Amino acid sequence: MSTAAGEMTHHDHHHHAPSGLTRWFFTTNHKEIGSLYLWFSFIMFLVGGSMAMVIRAELFQPGLQLVEPHFFNQMTTVHGLVMVFGAVMPAFVGLANWMIPLMIGAPDMALPRMNNWSFWILPFAFMILLGSLFMEGGGPAFGWTFYAPLSTSYSPDSTALFVFSIHIMGISSIMGAINVIVTVMNMRAPGMTYMKMPMFVWTWLITAFLLIAVMPVLACAATMVLTDKYFGTSFFDAAGGGDPVLFQHIFWFFGHPEVYIMILPSFGIVSAIIPAFSRKKLFGYSSMVYATGAIAGLSFLVWAHHMFTTGMPVGAEIFFMYATMLISIPTGVKVFNWVATMWRGAISFETPMLFAIAFVVLFTIGGFSGLMLAMTPADFQYHDSYFVVAHFHYVLVSGAVFSIMAAAYYWLPKWTGHMYDETLGRWHFWCSLISVNVLFFPMHFVGLAGMPRRIPDYALQFADINKIVSYGAFAFGLSQLIFLWVVIKCARGGERAPMKPWEGAEGLEWTIPSPAPLHTFETPPEVK
Amino acid sequence: MTAPNPNTKTTTRADNARTVRRLLLVVVGMFAFGFALVPLYEVFCDITGFNGRTKNEQAAANQRSIDTSRTINVQFITRINQGMPWEFKPEVRSVRVHPGETKVVQFYAKNLTDHDMVAQAVPSVAPGQAGLYLNKTECFCFNQQPLAAGSETLMPMQFYLDPDIPKHIHTLTLSYTMYDMTAHTQPDVVASLEARPTAE
Repeated sequence: MSTAAGEMTHHDHHHHAPSGLTRWFFTTNHKEIGSLYLWFSFIMFLVGGSMAMVIRAELFQPGLQLVEPHFFNQMTTVHGLVMVFGAVMPAFVGLANWMIPLMIGAPDMALPRMNNWSFWILPFAFMILLGSLFMEGGGPAFGWTFYAPLSTSYSPDSTALFVFSIHIMGISSIMGAINVIVTVMNMRAPGMTYMKMPMFVWTWLITAFLLIAVMPVLACAATMVLTDKYFGTSFFDAAGGGDPVLFQHIFWFFGHPEVYIMILPSFGIVSAIIPAFSRKKLFGYSSMVYATGAIAGLSFLVWAHHMFTTGMPVGAEIFFMYATMLISIPTGVKVFNWVATMWRGAISFETPMLFAIAFVVLFTIGGFSGLMLAMTPADFQYHDSYFVVAHFHYVLVSGAVFSIMAAAYYWLPKWTGHMYDETLGRWHFWCSLISVNVLFFPMHFVGLAGMPRRIPDYALQFADINKIVSYGAFAFGLSQLIFLWVVIKCARGGERAPMKPWEGAEGLEWTIPSPAPLHTFETPPEVK
Repeated sequence: MTAPNPNTKTTTRADNARTVRRLLLVVVGMFAFGFALVPLYEVFCDITGFNGRTKNEQAAANQRSIDTSRTINVQFITRINQGMPWEFKPEVRSVRVHPGETKVVQFYAKNLTDHDMVAQAVPSVAPGQAGLYLNKTECFCFNQQPLAAGSETLMPMQFYLDPDIPKHIHTLTLSYTMYDMTAHTQPDVVASLEARPTAE
């Protein structure tokens, strides 16, 4: 691949950039919006993380120690909502904004003004959500899954605010997804065919289609909760002819594709980093593309595996059990391809690669516990226990979050123009790796032993393990402050990053200078 | 610039607008689909009997054969929705019926409060498959039931089992949950319902 060398010459004239705050309010530049998304998601990561610290402090010892049960419920609920909609998803949208135009040789996202909107409505959504915690009766306390009737008959008065914040988050995600699809379909540089696109672009394209397909369904569920609670409808109210189980069907029809929305971009990130540090091409590129598509397609057929204990007929349970297990095949293809990429590669272990390898191992552990949960008879034991908590934190924290960390380390030199502090990066990695396992691995055991999730107290025999888990949680929380330090240090200075700081890295983003100038690829590069 | 042929800026803009229009259609379509899931779910449950749905409407009391070779135990469970101060129970806990045979069971209800109330009973059948073969020719659950403060009533439920009921079903359980509908009913409706004579 080569690029038009002339694009550098005209990147900072005739640009009337507003200064100060208005620069950030009115920006339509994909790199600035990407940075806004990434900073926002990191702030939300710390907010949601401090709620997790409250949860773990309460569970440090059996008995009620620090907070009221109702407040504990608000913490588990809002921790989940903030991490899913505030930390993981905006981080991926931020990475998409920054990297997709650079990867496909486009001058910007296709719809820059909408891009500005899709970011700037997000802070308001979270102001509404977090503000509701301070209202009389408290904020949402019904779990991030807001099952009816917990969210209708038994919910606090602030539920309308919760619903509106979900609506705004949904609109933001849909606008972001439309932007990604239009950009990828219409803005690729000449010669950049679909099957030449980097895996990150592919996984994000498929994620964006999942987003526009299921975020409207989430909006439906939230709207029905709103009208059931405030306008006397009976979608989920058995007394009026509705059915609370219907809520779970609608919610998980959104919810299961949603979990792939939170992991497919990770696959793309890891598929960029592992080849770069193995100094080999990605093994089985086209099978990676098809596997991603297969996972996305199957994600619409497995939602009821979250509902095995609702009294479904055996035939339906068997269908959803096998459909769920089928997903492990394309996922296995991916894991195999990453390992095959590393096989006999000249591997070096810089921080992005460390996080990527940890992702492969720990995500696979989460995948295995997912297979255990997929088995209907076994699920009756695991359901709503800490085993489930361990499972989804393995795929979301040591999976999605680790991949976002890997991406940040990998592309920080391109964003800031400086190399990050490798020693600190490794400290961050090893502290996170050890503490994340101390935090989540023992949860499998208390879960299997019968400790239910979302309860502020537990039986005495779980005390020792919960203490260990809480120590892991505090250590993991503190470790993330190292990351904050690394990023600030890297943004403020450091060794100058070359155009391509990673020897084995491939892609158009490494053909532009570091830091990436505000405007790139105004003349499209030629991709051969 | 599009990938296949390097275009001018205006055609890119037109392409973008077209793609956005299509994607917005998908979004609107999926929003509509989310709401369409409600009636689809009803239809699906009614057809398959999943989720313990019963035909909650009057069945025709048509001629049918009575299969005396089989006897099925029909059990009755009653529940009061949380916080509703009523007494609600079946007169008999179970009856043994031949498929095709018509039976009447009385349910007793008492309003323990000092104000008039309106209630709605919602049925559910286990196993779910059996719900398709339970036909009610008369049931208190077809209508809302008003009950004056402190009064009591007997409410009839007449049913038969379809003779086609699968052979492996020997016992079926019919559960009623009583819900307080007073708040959902207009005051004049409460009054007019109370004017009607109730079954004694």
